[in-house]
Amino acid sequence: MLGEALLLALVAIRRNLLRSFLTVLGVVIGVAAVIAMVTIGNGATARITAELSGLGNNLLFVTPGQGGPGAPSLEARAFAVSDAEAIRDQVGGIQAVAPVSRTTATVVYGSESRSTTVVGSTADYIATQAWTVALGRNLLDSEVRGGRAVCLLGETVRKELFGIADPVGAAVRVKTVSCQVVGVLAAKGQSAGGSDQDDTIVMPLKAFQRRLSGTNTVATILISAADGVDTAKVQAATTDLFRERRGIQAGEKDDFAVRDMRQIVQTMTATTTVLTGLLGAVAAVSLVVGGIGIMNIMLVSVTERTREIGIRLAIGALEHQVLTQFLVEAIVLSLFGGLVGILLGLGLAFAAAQGLSLPFDVDPTIVVGAFLFSALVGVAFGYFPARRAARLDPIEALRRE
Amino acid sequence: MDAGPLPPPLIALHNVSRVYGRGEAEVTALARVDLEIRQGEFVAIMGPSGSGKSTTMNILGCLDTPSGGDYLFDGVPVGGLDRDGRTLLRRNFIGFVFQGFNLLPRTTALENVELPLVYRGVKADRRADLAARALDRVGLAGREDHTPSELSGGQQQRVAIARAIVTDPLLLLADEPTGNLDTRTSGEIMDLLTALNRDQGITVIMVTHEPDIAAHARRMVRFKDGRIEDDRRQPVLAR
Ligand SMILES: Nc1ncnc2c1ncn2[C@@H]1O[C@H](COP(=O)(O)OP(=O)(O)OP(=O)(O)O)[C@@H](O)[C@H]1O
Ligand SMILES: [Mg+2]
Repeated sequence: MLGEALLLALVAIRRNLLRSFLTVLGVVIGVAAVIAMVTIGNGATARITAELSGLGNNLLFVTPGQGGPGAPSLEARAFAVSDAEAIRDQVGGIQAVAPVSRTTATVVYGSESRSTTVVGSTADYIATQAWTVALGRNLLDSEVRGGRAVCLLGETVRKELFGIADPVGAAVRVKTVSCQVVGVLAAKGQSAGGSDQDDTIVMPLKAFQRRLSGTNTVATILISAADGVDTAKVQAATTDLFRERRGIQAGEKDDFAVRDMRQIVQTMTATTTVLTGLLGAVAAVSLVVGGIGIMNIMLVSVTERTREIGIRLAIGALEHQVLTQFLVEAIVLSLFGGLVGILLGLGLAFAAAQGLSLPFDVDPTIVVGAFLFSALVGVAFGYFPARRAARLDPIEALRRE
Repeated sequence: MDAGPLPPPLIALHNVSRVYGRGEAEVTALARVDLEIRQGEFVAIMGPSGSGKSTTMNILGCLDTPSGGDYLFDGVPVGGLDRDGRTLLRRNFIGFVFQGFNLLPRTTALENVELPLVYRGVKADRRADLAARALDRVGLAGREDHTPSELSGGQQQRVAIARAIVTDPLLLLADEPTGNLDTRTSGEIMDLLTALNRDQGITVIMVTHEPDIAAHARRMVRFKDGRIEDDRRQPVLAR
């Protein structure tokens, strides 16, 4: 009986293909919105998570100026190496502190050269980045203090310049500075944002300042809190220390920012959640509208087919058999919309993933869920028209032309 | 226990009334009708327009219920059945043929005839087999795949009759089965109904306006103003 109803439903839908498609447009849009939003959201979350794990645990970073990255920071006094030393000496619960400056420069070895990111920092830098040395050794404190011209190579730079040769002990030229390679960093791969984290070299900050940037300033200070230490306490202590060091009066605003990586992630996650909720509401509304569309067209269909229903009832169809037939038709219609919506949503999510360079991360439970939910829409909004059909008086129905 | 001399009549209407509307708009379509029809009879119902013929047929076919009185089908009081109960009674024992054929459009003859079997849950291959045999019985072998629009009026009515008898009913109800057909085609349909009655023992009750159609039946019941005015047996038409 169910098979018969399914067959009848397909015939009825095919007979009015265009109308059927327009009818389910609401469901298509609703389902597509849910699928696209969840898939894109998953991608964004995956990227944030990857970024977090790439930056090491319990990471705080201190930058001059207020506001987020890109916001103009008026009269923000730059940091110096002494600021990082003050943190290390006066703030408790810290595992590593690294003052960091960066620039882009060309690195040359023999006939090979590559433009890469040059980081000036201390031996603690790789600890704050949850990085390890694969070959050779880390920078030594003595080299950092003396501002020796030595460096660590990222895997990409090593491959480009040395190929299969052993780089440790060799001298590369960074701009005009000849630098001795002391180690190679373990490969880290792409960041979730798509940039190559291994395309870098690291040298002592003092050497960087003296030979490359020509200033004594430090762009950022990275702090890695010790395991089991509350990063909020470290953040507060650092803030107090810096207010004091920079002579900021009570009531005045900070001219620096101490950010907790975890907070940033939480903020981003919260934003994603709000967006997801909003889009979810839009999707829910359009699914309801879609359901009403289906109900409307099923009512029209019942009216158009009154005579047919009369015939079926007169020759022995029971009420529930007619009910089943129309309910199945509504469900098939709605599932058809759901299916088109799923394909459309995945297409949109794929396009967005390409455009925003996010991972394309399809959650099968959401796909199955959307499919089942569209069936539910069919049941909920198909029931009333189907019941109307089933309760028709066969004599009246047969009299209708 | 079946010691009684006579089995109950297939159909028994006792004091049956049917009133439409209420108050000012009240119309009495049937007024205290008594009627008994035995298994195997061939009855023609006649009477002027509005005299209650279709109302009677609808009640007999369990499509409608009396406002008063009792209807016993093969001794079973139909008044005690709910809508699904009446539907089950109809689909198991009664075949219906309408004036307007009432076939499903864009649906083949075979599928139309299969329809009552679909709702009885008969398996597809057995269904097609039974439907093809019913079409053969009404002389439409070879037309299984034609849709109603590809068939003549007489052929469409044959499909409708095939649909009514595919379930092997005890009773065949036909409300003006020749109302839309010309004289020659009407004759063919009457021959078919007569054969079904004579050869397979199906009880046939038929409404008609035309005396020469009614002449095919062995009993003629005449209605007037919702009452039975005349009920007589008549000689079988010589052919
Ligand atoms: N649904 C209805 N509502 C109100 N009155 C009705 C309804 N159906 C039938 N009637 C009335 O009941 C009476 C009997 O109608 P019925 O259809 O039984 O007549 P009939 O003998 O079949 O007539 P005809 O030969 O024209 O088919 C008529 O007066 C008709 O107007
Ligand atoms: Mg009538």
